[in-house]
Amino acid sequence: MAKKRLRLTVNGVLIDREVEESLRLLDVLRDELFLTGTKEGCGIGECGACTVILDGKAVNSCMVLALSADGGVVETVEGLGSPDRLHPLQASFLDHHALQCGFCTPGMLMSAKALLDEDPRPSEEEIKKAIAGNLCRCTGYVQIVEAIKDAARRRSPSEV
Amino acid sequence: MTAPDTHRIDALEKVTGQAKFAGDLRLPGQIAGKVLRCQQAHARIRSVDIFTAIKAPGVLSVLLADDLPAASAWSTYPFLTKERVLYQGDVVALVAAESEPAAEAALAAIRVEYELLPAVLSIEEALREDTIVLHPGRKDNWVDNSHWPVRKGNVEEGFACSEIVLEREYQTSHVEHAYIEPEAVLATTGWDGSLIVYGATQNPFNARRAVAAATGYSLGRVRVIQQPVGGSFGGKEESMGLLAGRAAILCLKTGRPVRMVYGREESIIESAKRHPFRFRYKAGARRDGRIMALQAELVDEGGAYNFQAQFMNWRACVHAAGVYRIPHVKVDVYAVHTNRVFGGAMRGYSSPQIIFAQESLMDELAGELGMSPLELRRVNFLHEGDETITGQVLTEPVNAEKVTLRALELSDYLRKKVAYAEQDPDDQVRRGIGFATSFRGCGLGAEAPDATGAIVSVREDGSIIVCSSLTDIGQGLQTAHARLAGEELGVCPERIVSKTVDTGIVPDGGMTVASRGTFSGGKPVVMAAAQIKKILFALAAKKLNSAPEDLNAAEDWIFVRQDPERRVSFDEIVTAAFRNGCQLSVTGWFQPEPVAWDRSTGQGDAFSSYAYTCVVAEVEIDRITGVAAVKRLVSVHDVGRVVHAGAAEGQVYGGMAMGLGMALMEEISFNKGLITNDNFDKYMIPTAADMPEAYLEFIPSDGNSGAGGAKSLGEAALEAVPAAIANALAAASYRIRSLPAFKEEFWANLGEDQKGLVRTCSNSNL
Repeated sequence: MAKKRLRLTVNGVLIDREVEESLRLLDVLRDELFLTGTKEGCGIGECGACTVILDGKAVNSCMVLALSADGGVVETVEGLGSPDRLHPLQASFLDHHALQCGFCTPGMLMSAKALLDEDPRPSEEEIKKAIAGNLCRCTGYVQIVEAIKDAARRRSPSEV
Repeated sequence: MTAPDTHRIDALEKVTGQAKFAGDLRLPGQIAGKVLRCQQAHARIRSVDIFTAIKAPGVLSVLLADDLPAASAWSTYPFLTKERVLYQGDVVALVAAESEPAAEAALAAIRVEYELLPAVLSIEEALREDTIVLHPGRKDNWVDNSHWPVRKGNVEEGFACSEIVLEREYQTSHVEHAYIEPEAVLATTGWDGSLIVYGATQNPFNARRAVAAATGYSLGRVRVIQQPVGGSFGGKEESMGLLAGRAAILCLKTGRPVRMVYGREESIIESAKRHPFRFRYKAGARRDGRIMALQAELVDEGGAYNFQAQFMNWRACVHAAGVYRIPHVKVDVYAVHTNRVFGGAMRGYSSPQIIFAQESLMDELAGELGMSPLELRRVNFLHEGDETITGQVLTEPVNAEKVTLRALELSDYLRKKVAYAEQDPDDQVRRGIGFATSFRGCGLGAEAPDATGAIVSVREDGSIIVCSSLTDIGQGLQTAHARLAGEELGVCPERIVSKTVDTGIVPDGGMTVASRGTFSGGKPVVMAAAQIKKILFALAAKKLNSAPEDLNAAEDWIFVRQDPERRVSFDEIVTAAFRNGCQLSVTGWFQPEPVAWDRSTGQGDAFSSYAYTCVVAEVEIDRITGVAAVKRLVSVHDVGRVVHAGAAEGQVYGGMAMGLGMALMEEISFNKGLITNDNFDKYMIPTAADMPEAYLEFIPSDGNSGAGGAKSLGEAALEAVPAAIANALAAASYRIRSLPAFKEEFWANLGEDQKGLVRTCSNSNL
């Protein structure tokens, strides 16, 4: 196995290091950068627990070879907001109790953020479609959809 | 009355990605552990060659069954198998290596020679007279202690006085828990030579038992620390014990911390599934709808190993006849071994399967009698003072009829039922509406002592820590316990924190199962908080020149009840108590009264309290594409008092999704005993796009035995959903007697549509 140079901007911080060619973006985030908020649930791009935003698009980071993202801009849940400065989505997930075990939550939040970044006022159907690749076994999605709707309202209140 | 919902106690860590699940933990020097699975349904191990594997780069240890102090955990689950493998997930060798790839390379280098044996692959095969008996020393494949009978009245007499007798057979399939977090542990040693295992475990005390068995350590030298659990639903029990035991062995052999994390495929191949059932029901009724007799044989597939059916089938026998008053009953529940993945606890613990069969039977019987599903149920519903099939006289409020009527009202059932019955039979899309009503015994009941504990500690600054013996596995138990402790102490919930279970700290309060986390688990929390309150009130009384019994506490103040202006802050009294050397940490323990149960007749007081549920489902079936979709679900519950509305609603919505999956999508499929859909590309669970419109309501209800008046919800939320969907499909002319109802069945039914396919409800009068 050979190592190659990888440059990424992760949550606003420039990363420049040698990584194994075989590593997935998920591995680099979790094992090299210790950003363990991004989870692995299936390893085949079906469950969405590993969703991050790469160059503005939500992607399954288990399906992205790290080196193929060289030069890219990555956002993970750790960059979304901090406990004292929550992103509107995070605040809304708290208010709507839109989580239970919390394992799918980071991926769900990142899919939702990618959606709202692109379309600040999505319809309920568009929200459901945007998170249809994020499996949740606990919540039945109802409170999650409510939380995303509410976050959209909070982000652009003038359009309410 | 319920206070406004505060945020869940664990929510901030979870939305910021800071919650550390077991697979997120790292220790210096940690190595990777892996297992070699046999991938055989049934075989004898002729030889295992580890010579090459042990010399592979980075490999630290390769272990076989003989290297372990004990080969199996309690019951018969093997950590490692030596002679004969009984299902695909059985493990032949353990590997520890410096990295995951090195461990995988070592696994690939192990050579195992198997002698294939004929396999038992279904309930029918297990019961055949000439079957192979899988476990030595047995005369048949029945799972030990899994037979639970109910004998009430005289069933022959009951059928003799019935005017209509209906016999039906129903079946259900293996269902996967599909928690999104696969199993994970990290095992290390403490400075005192003890073993410490961090794990995604639903029942840390079971994992501790398994680690002790695998290593030969005493329970006192094993500490299992639960990390946040990424979903469990009854699933992270057996397989987590096996995983923890294996990691502990590798840790002791290598002297290094061992991390073991399953991929999805391993998780699905090894872990327990919802037991598939075969139901044979025979019901007898008078023309006026009174059910006179019920005879039922319920057989579940235990798979290769089992320590659940012997307990689960007890619950099954209690609930086998549903929420109805029936004078003559004969029920037999038993499980059989096969060479397929083992059955285990899964949300509902037999009830979703049983309610599907038994509530389908009610609708079919209504059809035979020319009554509506509602009419038949109203004739037979249990009410206060009635006797259940186990001879228990119900003394608490019985709300089966109440939740049903409310759910039908909320769903506009009566009007829609008429409208859908008048659909043009040639329409491409056919609509149906149906419902199911159920009850659920709360907690463990007569299955096992429902005892449990909790430690409540108040710190000198007034902050409070609640440590329950029961686990929060996502359902929000810590939040509920904090709410109960806060109410008892009269403080705002913000000052309360909660810890996950550490078996080195809290007493063994048994398993977090049977929807008993709040119902029973809340009791020692309230008891411990009450004792601390008593200590604080004694001090406060002196300060306020009052008597302790005249005091009250609310919103962080302790005050004289008749004169609330005479008050002292909680913080001030806590500080004084600390400086005076008062006890500010109390272990609460709840021990229920013993329950009498006659095993030979299945008679006794099964549960102290029951929760009641009705679910109404609306479906649409596209007769050309064969696609059935659930359009709307209405779920009405009597769960006593709702402790935290947001968390409770989440349970109901989650139960709807899981029930919908069980009804229409989910089935573990096999090829010669080996699982063929071991990841989410082939095993489908509902996504956000599959969710129907969802409505729920909790009816007001008190007078039950639960902590703070709260009954069970987690399992009740799910269990009537598949039955309601099945009855809605039947109302649309598609009576499904086997779950799940895949679209192929609707295609298959298409041609027979005119040939008198069972149309139970089409001719009923409302």
